[in-house]
Amino acid sequence: MTATTDARKLAYIAGQAADARVNVELETEGMTLNIGPQHPATHGTLRIIVRLDGERVIAAEPVMGYMHRGYEKLTEVRTYPQITTLVNRIDWLGSFANEVPFILAAERLMEVEAPPRAQWIRTALFELSRIANVVLFLGDMGVQLGAITPVFFAFRDREFVLNQIEAVTGGRFHPNFDRIGGLKDDLPKGWIDETRGVLDRIRTFCDEMEDLVAGNEIFQARTRGIGVIPADVGLSYGLSGANIRASGVDWDLRRDSEMGLVHRELDWKVWTHPDGDSFARYWVRLQEVREACTIVGQCLDGIPSGPVMAKVPRIIKVPAGEAYVETENPLGIMGYYIVSKGELVPYRVKIRSASFNNVSITPWLLKGVYVPDVISILASLYFILGDIDR
Amino acid sequence: MNTLILAAELAYWQQTSIRAVVGLAAVLLPAGTLVYLFLFKMMSFMQSRLGPMEAGPYGSMQLLAEVGKFLQKEDIIPAKADRVVFKAAPYVVLVSTFLLVLVIPGGPDLMFIDVDTGIFLALAVSSISVIGILMAGWASASKYSLLGALRATGQLIAYELPLVLAVMGVVIQAGTLNMQGIVMAQAQGEIFGFGGIGSPFIITQFLGFAIFLVAVQAELIQPPFDMPVAESELVTGYLTEYSGMRFLMFFIGEFATAGIFSALAATLFLGGWYVPGLDPTDTLFNVIGPMVLMGKVILVAFLIFWFRFTFPRFREDQLQTLAWKVLIPLSLINIVATGVLKVVF
Amino acid sequence: MDPVDDVEAPAVDAARDDLVATLAEALGDGLVASEVQPGVDVWVRVAADSWLAAGVALRDRCGMSYFNFLSAIDWQPSPFGRDMDAQVDGPEANDPGPMEWGTTGGETRFQLLARVHNPATGLGVTVKADLPGDRPEVDSWIPAYAGADWHEREAWEMFGIDFRGHPNQVHLYLPGAFEGNPLRKDYPLLARRIKPWPGIVDVELMPGDGDDESGDDGEGDDA
Repeated sequence: MTATTDARKLAYIAGQAADARVNVELETEGMTLNIGPQHPATHGTLRIIVRLDGERVIAAEPVMGYMHRGYEKLTEVRTYPQITTLVNRIDWLGSFANEVPFILAAERLMEVEAPPRAQWIRTALFELSRIANVVLFLGDMGVQLGAITPVFFAFRDREFVLNQIEAVTGGRFHPNFDRIGGLKDDLPKGWIDETRGVLDRIRTFCDEMEDLVAGNEIFQARTRGIGVIPADVGLSYGLSGANIRASGVDWDLRRDSEMGLVHRELDWKVWTHPDGDSFARYWVRLQEVREACTIVGQCLDGIPSGPVMAKVPRIIKVPAGEAYVETENPLGIMGYYIVSKGELVPYRVKIRSASFNNVSITPWLLKGVYVPDVISILASLYFILGDIDR
Repeated sequence: MNTLILAAELAYWQQTSIRAVVGLAAVLLPAGTLVYLFLFKMMSFMQSRLGPMEAGPYGSMQLLAEVGKFLQKEDIIPAKADRVVFKAAPYVVLVSTFLLVLVIPGGPDLMFIDVDTGIFLALAVSSISVIGILMAGWASASKYSLLGALRATGQLIAYELPLVLAVMGVVIQAGTLNMQGIVMAQAQGEIFGFGGIGSPFIITQFLGFAIFLVAVQAELIQPPFDMPVAESELVTGYLTEYSGMRFLMFFIGEFATAGIFSALAATLFLGGWYVPGLDPTDTLFNVIGPMVLMGKVILVAFLIFWFRFTFPRFREDQLQTLAWKVLIPLSLINIVATGVLKVVF
Repeated sequence: MDPVDDVEAPAVDAARDDLVATLAEALGDGLVASEVQPGVDVWVRVAADSWLAAGVALRDRCGMSYFNFLSAIDWQPSPFGRDMDAQVDGPEANDPGPMEWGTTGGETRFQLLARVHNPATGLGVTVKADLPGDRPEVDSWIPAYAGADWHEREAWEMFGIDFRGHPNQVHLYLPGAFEGNPLRKDYPLLARRIKPWPGIVDVELMPGDGDDESGDDGEGDDA
């Protein structure tokens, strides 16, 4: 774990002091404001009840469940191949990445290994869904701060990535392409070259965003020093992905654990930022898209030949046992704890989704900030409602 | 307009109705032009999309469709709203817009009223909209509206000051508060002995022009100063509860005011209806003057909307800081410098 | 065993064994059982009374500062089985059968399940604790990990496990007046009483397999 730097300690203490001042000095009657469940800034149906003193937030309490679909219950009556359809819809912007940890966990229990070609293609698609997901964040963050133009660029360029995902899987949003033991199909002809072109577009997009959004003085004024998460607090709340790396914790499952994908054979870099504020989270995600382009590019070069499907039984019964597999998904760590009793259906699946933990810090984080910063902090934490509510 | 009308010996009611019709056109035509040109088209092109394309050639009739849409919509008033104030608020905002247009000259003889305190009157009536916004926010009985209205009030009052102070430089240089006089001063003036293009004050008062534009941006509640209507947090601030016709009035008010502030900026800093090289007393300007002015309005409005579509928004405290700690001191320095130079030369 | 690195997976996993030893030292009798899969994962089962102590020990003595998740398992098999998916008129409850526990075994109906990590080494551990079926109650983990707050609320509403010392134990996902604990195995899947799940007989064909009796391949029945 990274040591907390002095500057951040001071910022943390200052935040706490500001917090205390709000509570004792201003004795005006507060106002309770319901942000959501239908509100332009909540990407779905998150509702946040904030107690305001003027423009300052005294207490914030997220309320969710408006989209709870009971996936953990449903998985108990679905066969393993059917479950990928469900988990596709957890983080709906990076669907393919949702399937991967589940399939890997089932493969670990079955002691099956996907052929190398399948693993490389999985990695490429995994990172493409990261690009499709995070590119939208890069534009959307601008919208939350009032700049409406970047998000149109994001939608435009994400389309090219979605086209590539669709070309392989047949599904733009919900590929449902991963199988226990490999993949449904091989790559279509000409896909690799087309994808290279798309990666160039995305790199250009990243340069644009770095210039237009991250480089904008107003954007920086709105995000620097706002929503600072010290590393230790972030860890105890279980933040993951760019949110925790922006607090200076150098921990990326793609590099630091044996996920079952081929990231460790590739040459790329894990970016961190020491500040832990909204800007740092934006900046880290921006770099991660670039790294994802690098990873996909190397995957395209290195995909070995061979089958894409290992020999697995036609009717999949997973042997009894328990396994927990997590991967570094676009939103952060996503893991599945599978308890199997050797049947067609799992006995219990605990879905550990990234946004649930990421948003659980908000009551702590939103104390004492201004109303406009509530929005920018929420945007910078980057959650998907399906990923919170499951 | 005075001479033209007098020449025809029109009765008072005839003059008044002509003025009313021309005034309405002077408010609505620029507003419509700006909406189509900038909101529909320029914004779309900046965002790599086409914008409206179906209604008429290049979507030029889209505006009528939009107006028709708003007119058809149900007029909803929240249950707990203060109905009278709620209904009155859009009119109060529009009143300020219509009063503003009165002082802007369109040619040597073409103006609604010729008052010696023209610019003073304009800046005074522009503040009326604050009351309308506060009424709208309060009467909506919505927390978002209230927050938005309070932010808007704080912001409009803060940016009123740099707006007025930026104009002071022009007034000192022109030596008059009369709008026509300011145009004439620019048409007949010369810069350090060179009078070929007159003396558009944007050259000598560039700092004033910049401050004026920034303050106008804030007065219009447009990004980067759109915190009162910040759609990602306050939904649309004081407009949240408005729908149909009343929303349309706010909308027209917003774009008409954008047009009129552009016209003010064009008149104060770009020479108004005057084109260099011609005799400003030529009656030809009564014909081409409004068109010249409109061209300059579109130029200034381009700048205003360019900022609008490009920048993220300041937080409330940041924009107050900008007004009080940057813009006001700068404009005071500008006034002092202008005064000193005026005395020296 | 790990599908990728199984070649180099050591038979003995020093780091994970150390972790178990440290916990055993910290908790004494509180550590009931443990299991190490070398190179893959480690489980420990602690007594319910030592639950909070285990959390504190993991955080302070093992460097497990990262809180991952907290949930529970209901080991009492469902009396409905997959029948609840196929029958419209209310599935008949049948004998659920005996309880069979998974990794590290178990004794009672509920098993608390939590996972923490050491971000420096990347090591993760799954902690379990047995809770009785009639009145599951355990100390809250919030003093050890602030992030346990919402997870415990979820476990409370989904399994009916009471967390002592939780400051705000109210519904997280479900409406405030909701009764029942949906993730308990004896809670039927109510939606299926209206319409049976069409995919109940589905078996997916593998590539290369000739299509014989079961024609449908399980795709396309998205919700």
